[in-house]
Amino acid sequence: MGRVVIDVMPKPEILDPQGKAVVGALPRLGFDAFTGVRQGKRFELEVPGEVTPEVLAQARAAAETLLSNPVIEDVVSVRDAAAGEVASA
Amino acid sequence: MRIGVVTFPGSLDDGDARRAVRLAGAEPVRLWHADADLHGVDAVVLPGGFSYGDYLRCGAIARFAPVMTEVVAAARRGVPVLGICNGFQVLCESHLLPGALVRNEAQRFVCTDQRLVVENADTAWTSALTAGSEITVPLKNGEGGFVADTETLDRLEGEGRVVFRYAGPNPNGSLRAIAGITDERGNVVGLMPHPEHAVEEGFGPTTDGLALFASVLTAGLAAVGA
Repeated sequence: MGRVVIDVMPKPEILDPQGKAVVGALPRLGFDAFTGVRQGKRFELEVPGEVTPEVLAQARAAAETLLSNPVIEDVVSVRDAAAGEVASA
Repeated sequence: MRIGVVTFPGSLDDGDARRAVRLAGAEPVRLWHADADLHGVDAVVLPGGFSYGDYLRCGAIARFAPVMTEVVAAARRGVPVLGICNGFQVLCESHLLPGALVRNEAQRFVCTDQRLVVENADTAWTSALTAGSEITVPLKNGEGGFVADTETLDRLEGEGRVVFRYAGPNPNGSLRAIAGITDERGNVVGLMPHPEHAVEEGFGPTTDGLALFASVLTAGLAAVGA
């Protein structure tokens, strides 16, 4: 069984209130090294066989159609989990 | 006039929307998300709530519901469509309206009686209102911050497509205090506040919301007469 991993992040210019809340909580726990946090999403898409170029192309299309909203988010990467290789960024 | 109100799994305010339609003098028609049929209605309301649990993004999964194919086609033909709160999010995800709604800037769910300035009284859903006047209706959302790129915001402002703007402090961080917008033709309107909760004396802060549902009766008659 193969797995495609997709990362989606809020666009840099879009305010990320979740990240803002997290960065506020970190120093309270003594984690004082971090000045910013942005929170995104990771999707794992399973396929019965190998992750072929066709599967990756379909995953990219799904990422751009359903899994992200281009107005507020960027698809950062679509990759084969086994290869760990970034197919496109 | 028959006005359809769509029910998605997780819709919350479809009952109140049907009641608002009835109080305005039209006949409410229940539309089901899985049914690719508008049953010949003259206008459509996408109600508030948490369609599909707000999973993925608000409105993102509802956009692909079978009924939405018909709603999008009808909207492009000029049929009046009103999206309230989650319905506004669905309209943005469907690309019937530009921009997107993101988590409130203050990271809090807002529930308040909200003053709004009517900016455009020429749409199918606002013709019974007066431009420049103020109305007060409930606002309740966690992800109501309207965002779009500067070019889109300038275009919306330049074309008079901002329909409602928040009066007083900005409740959710919406860019340029935008509470509601319309498409190029003025038949599709989306807004975060809830006019359907302000339609009957004794229930809600005012009856200001009734004007939106009354407006579409005129728009419908005009369309029939044309």
